[in-house]
Amino acid sequence: MATDNALFEFLLRQGDNSLVLGHRLSEWCGMGPALEEDIALANTALDLIGQTRLWLSYAGEVEGAGRSEDDLAYLRDAYDFRNALLLEVPNEDFGRTILREFFFDAFQLPWLHALIDSADERVAEIAAKSAKEASYHLERSAETVIALGDGTDESNAKMTAALAYLWPFAGELMVDDEVDNAIAEAGVAPLPSTIKPAWNATINATFKEALLTRPDSDFAHAGGRNGFRHTEHLGHMLAQMQVLQRSHPGAAW
Amino acid sequence: MSREWPLWEVFIRGQHGMSHRHVGSLHAPDAERAIRNARDVYTRRNEGVSIWVVESKNITASSPSDKGPMFDPSRDKVYRHPTFYDIPDEVGKM
Repeated sequence: MATDNALFEFLLRQGDNSLVLGHRLSEWCGMGPALEEDIALANTALDLIGQTRLWLSYAGEVEGAGRSEDDLAYLRDAYDFRNALLLEVPNEDFGRTILREFFFDAFQLPWLHALIDSADERVAEIAAKSAKEASYHLERSAETVIALGDGTDESNAKMTAALAYLWPFAGELMVDDEVDNAIAEAGVAPLPSTIKPAWNATINATFKEALLTRPDSDFAHAGGRNGFRHTEHLGHMLAQMQVLQRSHPGAAW
Repeated sequence: MSREWPLWEVFIRGQHGMSHRHVGSLHAPDAERAIRNARDVYTRRNEGVSIWVVESKNITASSPSDKGPMFDPSRDKVYRHPTFYDIPDEVGKM
């Protein structure tokens, strides 16, 4: 991987994470278990799509090939996406949706706080703006994980199943590679692995209250952040997300 | 016990408002969650700077059937409005 496009790769990772999770959350629109949760999920999805616009428009400028945020979001194929695998797997049910969001939020909040000190001014600005939203997202998702884990036998069973499914996907967020090394050397961002202690602390404290047992494994699927091997689910998701621009290229409001 | 979340009344103080105004109601399992739900349901277009919630069952309301005895007697007492005074110009706007 050439280091001269490390910044582009880095920005795609930021933008694709929020884009893919934002789209997954938007799938709940009109389907939420209660009106209040439905609106909260849609709000979160909109926050994430808003953050995506900032990351991807900057990515387009850095790439210098004339691609807009919309070109990057709607006209790339699955293997060009750089989101973590955790964010692309299907929602399945409300519990898994919330637990996935919680895993991401627990990473994203300390991550954005670290990016506020970035040597890259644009990155620092985007991080500062996004951190307030991420803070609310984490409060809400952590609280809901606790409510569901320490809820009824049925809700606890569903959270336990969601945990078993999602756990092997969570670690990828904090595994460093050569792009991360180049970006850290340039002072744009710390290594993702440095977020692990903060992430562990949030997960452990929340699980304790949620009566959930942290799995005894650190195995982490890889292949999303570098685009090497996405799950089969991303293509299906993109088919829905991109259909309008694919069928009517350039369609606008 | 009911499996439904209890109902809460939501009051929001707007950007330039002096007092909280009733904006509607919602369901939530407890007061904390009611505040969060109110944030998501009622302030997503930048409507507020402060939120109050109160569980609906804690509001005591006047009864509609008492409307006559409660409110009619004050209708014909115009002298209770301070509209019969001449205000000196030096006072300015009141």
